Amino acid sequence: MTLKAIFMTAVSAALLFAVPASAAQLTVGFSQIGSESGWRAAETSVTKQQAAQRKVNLKIADAQQKQENQIKAIRSFIAQNVDAIFLAPVVASGWDAVLKEAKEAKIPVVLLDRDIDPSGKDLYLTAVTSDSVHEGVVAGEWLAKTVGDKPCNVVELQGTVGASVATNRKKGFDSVVAKHANLKVVRSQTGDFTRAKGKEVMESFIKAENGGKSICAVYAHNDDMMVGAIQAMKAAGLKPGKDVLTVSIDAVPDIFKAMADGEANATVELTPNMAGPALDAIMAYKDKGTVPPKWIQTESKLYTAADDPMKVYESKRGLGY
Amino acid sequence: MPLSSDTTPVLLEVRGLSKSFGPLQALQNVDFTLRAGEIHALLGENGAGKSTLIKLVTGVLPCDAGTFRLGGVEIAPRSASDALQAGIATVYQEVNLLPNLSVAQNLFLGRQPTRFGVVRQGEMRRRATALLADFGLDVDVGAPLGSFSVAVQQITAIARAIDLSARVLILDEPTASLDRHEVEILFRIMRQLARRDIGIVFISHFLDQIYEISDRITVLRNGRLIGERPTADLPRLELIRMMLGRELAEATGVRIAASAQAPRAPCASFEGYGKAGYITPFDLDLRPGEVVGLTGLLGSGRTETVRLIFGAERADRGHIEIDGAPARLGSPRDAIRHGFGYCPEDRKTDGIIPDLTVRENIVLALQAKRGLRRPLARREQDEIAMRFIKLLDVRPPDSERPVGLLSGGNQQKVLLARWLATAPRLLLLDEPTRGIDVGAHAEIVRLVRELRDEGLSLLVVSSELDEIVTYSDRLIVLRDRAHVDELRGEEIAVPRILAAIAADGEVRTRGAAR
Amino acid sequence: MKFRSRRGLAQFVALLVILLVDRLVSPQFFDLRFQDGRLFGSLIDVLNRGAPVALLSLGMVLVIATRGIDLSVGAVMAIAGAIAASLADSHALPLVLAVALGAGLACGLWNGILVAVFGIQPIIATLILMVAGRGIAQLITEGRIVTFTSGDLAWLGNGSVLGLPAPVVILAGMLIVTAAVVRGSAFGLLIEATGGNARAAELAGVGTRATLLAVYAWCGLCAALAGIIAAADILGADANNAGLWLELDAILAVVIGGTSLFGGRFSLVLAVVGALIIQAMNTGILLSGYPPELNLLVKSVVVLTVLLLQSSRLTAIASRFSGGKP
Repeated sequence: MTLKAIFMTAVSAALLFAVPASAAQLTVGFSQIGSESGWRAAETSVTKQQAAQRKVNLKIADAQQKQENQIKAIRSFIAQNVDAIFLAPVVASGWDAVLKEAKEAKIPVVLLDRDIDPSGKDLYLTAVTSDSVHEGVVAGEWLAKTVGDKPCNVVELQGTVGASVATNRKKGFDSVVAKHANLKVVRSQTGDFTRAKGKEVMESFIKAENGGKSICAVYAHNDDMMVGAIQAMKAAGLKPGKDVLTVSIDAVPDIFKAMADGEANATVELTPNMAGPALDAIMAYKDKGTVPPKWIQTESKLYTAADDPMKVYESKRGLGY
Repeated sequence: MPLSSDTTPVLLEVRGLSKSFGPLQALQNVDFTLRAGEIHALLGENGAGKSTLIKLVTGVLPCDAGTFRLGGVEIAPRSASDALQAGIATVYQEVNLLPNLSVAQNLFLGRQPTRFGVVRQGEMRRRATALLADFGLDVDVGAPLGSFSVAVQQITAIARAIDLSARVLILDEPTASLDRHEVEILFRIMRQLARRDIGIVFISHFLDQIYEISDRITVLRNGRLIGERPTADLPRLELIRMMLGRELAEATGVRIAASAQAPRAPCASFEGYGKAGYITPFDLDLRPGEVVGLTGLLGSGRTETVRLIFGAERADRGHIEIDGAPARLGSPRDAIRHGFGYCPEDRKTDGIIPDLTVRENIVLALQAKRGLRRPLARREQDEIAMRFIKLLDVRPPDSERPVGLLSGGNQQKVLLARWLATAPRLLLLDEPTRGIDVGAHAEIVRLVRELRDEGLSLLVVSSELDEIVTYSDRLIVLRDRAHVDELRGEEIAVPRILAAIAADGEVRTRGAAR
Repeated sequence: MKFRSRRGLAQFVALLVILLVDRLVSPQFFDLRFQDGRLFGSLIDVLNRGAPVALLSLGMVLVIATRGIDLSVGAVMAIAGAIAASLADSHALPLVLAVALGAGLACGLWNGILVAVFGIQPIIATLILMVAGRGIAQLITEGRIVTFTSGDLAWLGNGSVLGLPAPVVILAGMLIVTAAVVRGSAFGLLIEATGGNARAAELAGVGTRATLLAVYAWCGLCAALAGIIAAADILGADANNAGLWLELDAILAVVIGGTSLFGGRFSLVLAVVGALIIQAMNTGILLSGYPPELNLLVKSVVVLTVLLLQSSRLTAIASRFSGGKP
């Protein structure tokens, strides 16, 4: 909290001079899904920061995982005649009616983090999301570059079976593996995106792969599973980060701690900052009438031990992960 | 004024019906005749075989032997819907329709009027309203059935049955939860149906209602047919004799004189003890070395008295003294602490724990009395179980057999053993010989006497008059949920008891018992 | 005697068969070695990973024996784990354990009161806490994974005693304690009587209410212990996922262990064996290298087979065909 307060004070002081006088204060309504995960909590706090930086008046409605609450929130934003609506849709379908109401009220809608069914394509201004196939590609390319020409047996901890994020992150990684004959995914099991299952599945991988001696790298679809896998490797007497390379996705604080301890090698960020690009697009649209592209892809940034993990850890810790 | 006579055509004819459940003969060679346009009362105590008869006639249970003829044609219903198709409908006390659906939907369930496959709601309502109007009922047929009184629900069930062209209508205790006014409406409808030549079987234990509505009475006892008489020719005393006694001569001959000792001080006295709507307050002294009998018709308050004394129901008035000191009986545990034991009438639901072994069933009450922290060692349990298995001759003498696999008589002995193991001072036995084969029956009667001679106080409920007179030192007669007479010594004789039960006292209404 | 001699045979045979199948899909399955003073191998994994569900089933079997069910154990795990992880770095272990276990006990008592005093059907009564409990756990963790560094608490998940993982030792201890409480006193008989026929038990002087309260409380306690171990294992409390759906595994373990959902007879040891059967199967699936899409299918086929093996009717049919004695 204090960190955030100092940060905001500094930012607003800077803005006193920086903001052009012409920009009237915008009001944005944000219908957030809820706080089902740490990443979601971080997204909410980053959105607040980003709005404050741009002196945007932000109204957040927490839908507690219910679409009906999100629809109610959007209607209430329309009634308040906000300048724009941000929506992190809990499901993909059933938005057409309420988005039409917003369109009729001439309030632009920006989707954050998730897309909706194609039928609603012309009902929103733009969608700010990450490309989860690309995330898998970034993870794969880091591994390919790191091992070079040496043969490398990879074990994969998948996300929940059937979840689109898991399917995409697997697809992206596999596409890189296919291009490198020295890389081989020897085992792939689901760890349900959780630490506990990540640990259990890694334990079995170690047993099945000759005490872990034939494992060269672990790829996990999220950092939480990797944190569990690192524990399993340590318990089996392996040295994660040295004997076994690790690469995972999300960039939650705990993986940076592991990186700082030399027990993890790389993570690909799923940025919680969806609101920054969204706010920029809205301000450009309002000021200059610039219509943004239909899809704004967020950056899938790669972090390794070279990126001062302890500092990243400290900066991310306060975000609510 | 019977509406039918022996010359009216026979509608339903049942001959030689038999059914047994394991070793227990529930029905034995029973005949039953229902004539068109008659209201025929089927009477008998619990376990007499009424419900078994109904279940066989309506195809719910398969029979071991016997034939059914409906309107002269032989039928063999294999399910309730078979019977309904043949023209035999049953309306139970707990109406088995669907309370969430509307009255009209219930009436036409499975045969809704449709046009092009779509239910014609208006048509259905119109026909439902008309149908119920026939029965003098004017209700909103669109409202859910569950929102109406039991009487309306029953009439709906009857209307549905009649509209399905039932010729035989069986009403199983239909008046049990109706008030006086509703009973009158039901009776008017019954008479109206009888005039349309429908045969009605009426089951009830309210004798006044039987005499008011029925043309003919069939009495069952212990699974046998005792007799069939026109109601007008059957005096009340005679009816009760048919229901409760065997032959008078047989019954009076076997009375054994009570112990000759002077009465001892009571171990438990109840004064003005009762519960509103359950049992009228009574006074009762129970003494060591004495058997007190409780008798009366079904529903007269026999079981209610015993359950109140055991704390299974809480009294709302009156006092208890145990050994001269005031006491409280708020739960069975209280009663057990005072040395009471209770063998309930319904062994299956209230007595045995079928999955547990004979040994565990026997030690259960003793263990519960000792408390959690003083478990009986396995060796002690075995010893206790074997002692009582031997003493009461439980067969087979296997203490590790689940008690649910034993015959009724042996289950009863296990329950007796359960209480004897607690070394009780007062035993409450509710119909201890019901549903038991003849051999075990005699043994239980012998045991009651032996326990009395050992100084136990016993309170025994029985509707078998010839049995209860043989061991009762005092006998309390109940009627309409009240203790109405107490007989001692030589007064304890079947004719005297019958007279007390049949005495035409106040009008029987449910309101009085509430 | 003859009515009980076969009891448990089916479960032990099933466990053995599954272990042998595991050996087929994974040749090193029975390998055990010492490393850093602890045993290491797939068999140990089965025991270690099976411990939380086995602990749940120790409580669940008592509840089911009274003809009840407790759907809230997964949520109670999450609550206890969240409490333990939140307090671990700032308080001494005994206090951490006392608060977390106390919370589990309170949850169990709450269920017990709803069932025994208010007469709510167990499946509904415990559904309330199943839903609300996870919310409570999320409130405690504020939706994050709360991590800790306390070695004391971590030992409960990762430590070892005489080479055996701490969770396995805790499970064994809890089995012995539960068996002592239930079979060493008359409690077991009273539970079976209550479940076999509550009306009759009440009339025989059994305090059925107190019995129900006690079994639900014990179930809550077991769930809390499982939750603490789960949190200790991953050095953090994950309120969203800890114990998720484990109530179903625990119920399955109890049923595989031959205790009827209609109450009455129960066996603690066989409930634990049931949990180990489930885990042996899970571990086997993980070792097999089959695609994860098949996990649930394989699991359901194995469970069905085990349950059919136990079915007395099937045994009767089989013996009729083979001409042997039933």
